[in-house]
Amino acid sequence: MKNYRTKIISNQEISPGYFRMKVLAPGFDEKAHPGQFVMFRVQRSLPPLLRRPFGIFRTGFLPADCDGLPPIEFVEIVYKVVGRGTSIMAELHEGDRVEVLGPLGNGFDCTSRQGEKILVGGGIGLVPLYMLASELVANGCKVRLLMGGRTRDDIFAVTEFERLGVETYISTDDGSLGEEGLVTRVLERKLQKYPDAEVFSCGPLPMLNAVHNICLTYKTPLQVSLEESMACGVGACLGCVVKGAGHTEENPSYLCTCTVGPVFKSQYLDWSSLQQTDNNCGGCA
Amino acid sequence: MKAVTETSVKRPDLSVEIAGIKLRNPVMPASGTFGYGEEYAPFLDLEKIGAIVTKGLSLKPKAGNPTPRIAETISGMLNAIGLQNVGIDAFIKHKMPFLRTVNTPIIANFFGNTLEEYGEVAKRLNDIPELAAAELNISCPNVKQGGIVFGTDPRAASEVVALVRKHLQKPLIVKLTPNVTDITVVARAVEEAGADAIACINTITGMSVDIHTRKPRLANRTGGLSGPAIRPIAVRMVHQVVQTVSVPVIGIGGIMRPMDALEFLIVGATAVQVGTANFVDPAAMMTIIEGIEAFCIEEGIDDIHQLIGSLKF
Repeated sequence: MKNYRTKIISNQEISPGYFRMKVLAPGFDEKAHPGQFVMFRVQRSLPPLLRRPFGIFRTGFLPADCDGLPPIEFVEIVYKVVGRGTSIMAELHEGDRVEVLGPLGNGFDCTSRQGEKILVGGGIGLVPLYMLASELVANGCKVRLLMGGRTRDDIFAVTEFERLGVETYISTDDGSLGEEGLVTRVLERKLQKYPDAEVFSCGPLPMLNAVHNICLTYKTPLQVSLEESMACGVGACLGCVVKGAGHTEENPSYLCTCTVGPVFKSQYLDWSSLQQTDNNCGGCA
Repeated sequence: MKAVTETSVKRPDLSVEIAGIKLRNPVMPASGTFGYGEEYAPFLDLEKIGAIVTKGLSLKPKAGNPTPRIAETISGMLNAIGLQNVGIDAFIKHKMPFLRTVNTPIIANFFGNTLEEYGEVAKRLNDIPELAAAELNISCPNVKQGGIVFGTDPRAASEVVALVRKHLQKPLIVKLTPNVTDITVVARAVEEAGADAIACINTITGMSVDIHTRKPRLANRTGGLSGPAIRPIAVRMVHQVVQTVSVPVIGIGGIMRPMDALEFLIVGATAVQVGTANFVDPAAMMTIIEGIEAFCIEEGIDDIHQLIGSLKF
């Protein structure tokens, strides 16, 4: 984990409102695990004051002959424009300077090679699932990705996921792409078919809640990636805590999303309190 | 010729003394923005900053407030963490082993829910030989008990400082709240009650509302405002306190850049604490220290004391 004072290699809109930004990050690749995140500082002037957290989409190496650069590592994020910070980001170009702190947090536990792996991503929640899918495929697992969105605009990187060898299933609320309806309906069907599956999910809280309830019913192990407002990203500000399982007024349990998470095994979370939070994923305002 | 060149780039002496503790430079983190030190070890050399100030410690572990706990505002942030901390026992057992290895003065920030608890924590702090000093928090705006209750009433402030002074066998820094009509009254009261130094200011109570949900943006409704938005208020209050007391003053409030820290030093702060800036840039204190040094060289200042309290009218 390090603060990279670096520059943008590319920043492109890949779907209406969704951008993909690649920045130079020497030495980043070997340290990053699926599900980890970075904190972006987009400009030195204010506002915004604080950095914004973003899930890592992927890391990699630029080819040696790319614009005459030596083979050099990059980190790539996909972000949705939702507020001031992301609007500024959308205006940035190749060569512009940014600061990237990372890789941060604890990612997905992909050690189990048993059974089917079902990934459920809603909108911007698809982002951390790419590296996860890549690693699971490399581990020899069969990976199915259920992609959900309000409209077709919320579905991106389908071909890239498929190129990894992942089977994709798309559903949208308005039926503009794939099956009409909620992604969780697809999940139920898959769990009926593959009862020994393990589920990984990231997306808006209502979706995660539904995924959690379905997994409870089918007794399926579940890991979720959460998003919370945070100031530091390194466990110092204690602003991003969520309640852990068994939390009570007398015996409270608050877990830092930045250092204990952002990925949690579902049994360690207090889901009743998560249902009350009106967090809308993609809200890196 | 060579000797002249060497003299002209001689590094200025930035060391200061607060309540008998010698600091290599006047820059340290503000409590609650630097964890227990170890969190920031990957980003800066902890042996290059003036001191390490811990998260506020209490007798028993404290869970803190419900979420959301933070909200960004224009040039600032509101927080209502609620003094979440591991408690004094876990601090000694799990945090001190690392801190002990760092050659930098350690200052433990602490608080209590009741007057008695303040005294109890002070006694426990005596058991940690490596602690250079303790910083008494009578200024947290986000908890129902303790904190600000003691910091807004000069008599209560005086009582808690006197009690802690009686039990604590270490230098005592008292951290004041700006949420009072006249900070100099409280400053005078804590000095008379035995404070060896005064740190100010803690955050300013604020509130922000989400206009769509019409709910406060913090679960606690109100929170403490920090960041560059509060700096001019902080500079004014530090100036007032410096004019009032004779103990050293540590200036705090929205320091992001070297020039911000210099403002506090010029009005008379002997040292400064950097808070919100640590969140924005984990190495912010290094930039600030280097900037202070560069400013001294540029201005021909060879000892930081030539700058401290050099305000002209």
